[in-house]
Amino acid sequence: MELTPQRFRVTRADLVRYAGASGDFNPIHWSDRFATGVGLPGVIAHGMLTMALAGRAVTQWAGSADAVVEYSVRFTRPVVVPDDDEGTEIEVTGVVKGTTEDGLTRIDVTAVSGGEKVLSQARALVRTSR
Amino acid sequence: MPMDPSLVGRSYPPGGTYLVGREKIREFAAAIGASDAVHHDPDAARKAGYADVVAPPTFPVAVTMSSSERVISDPDLAIDYSRVVHGDQRFRYVRPVVAGDELVCTDTIEEIMSRGGHDFLTVRTEVATAATGEPVVTVWMKLVVRGED
Repeated sequence: MELTPQRFRVTRADLVRYAGASGDFNPIHWSDRFATGVGLPGVIAHGMLTMALAGRAVTQWAGSADAVVEYSVRFTRPVVVPDDDEGTEIEVTGVVKGTTEDGLTRIDVTAVSGGEKVLSQARALVRTSR
Repeated sequence: MPMDPSLVGRSYPPGGTYLVGREKIREFAAAIGASDAVHHDPDAARKAGYADVVAPPTFPVAVTMSSSERVISDPDLAIDYSRVVHGDQRFRYVRPVVAGDELVCTDTIEEIMSRGGHDFLTVRTEVATAATGEPVVTVWMKLVVRGED
């Protein structure tokens, strides 16, 4: 069963806010000079921010903010965030893949930004009733 | 030089205690746009059966970051951090992290692998309560250390 896709907009301001909240101050997430110096096209979003946004989609689908029992992702491509007001968009889609022996629902998650898959092998196990 | 696979199994005992603050959870939830009341309103959290506001699923990284830095900076691993890329991340929860939790982290090197000139390091962090050692969440982080160009 396909779940309703969720879209998240990410701007430079979001990266600054996430850096402060998470404690991840790696300059690839706020300095174009540093990011391009290490071979990136520009400032990129924290992988863990992308995972957090996809996690919002998962909790939305599960219907409860504390429903997640297991959650894993692979970061496949950086999410480049331009220095403008629009930033970039991440689209998160999910497919219900069935129920485990202990009654948990498995959701396979995909996140795409700029036409590229930015998360792969992303999966969550959620409780669907409480 | 590839990472030394004999370091698999090395464990780093808990360092300091992390006291989970209500405002830190609110700040983290706001930063990811998570507006559900259980992240912000203690009354809503209590109605859902928790002692205080509930952290979003990826919040434990804020707790494990400083403990896993002990592993990454281990001189025996000799990691060039400028070559590190975050590969995979996984959480398995016993229960959500809640404001007021006093947590300790035990890190273990779970896997070291070399492939295609790159090194892969998986660190497992067991997060438990400081008082009783009740397990709360297990966090796996796989880092890719890119080989020389």
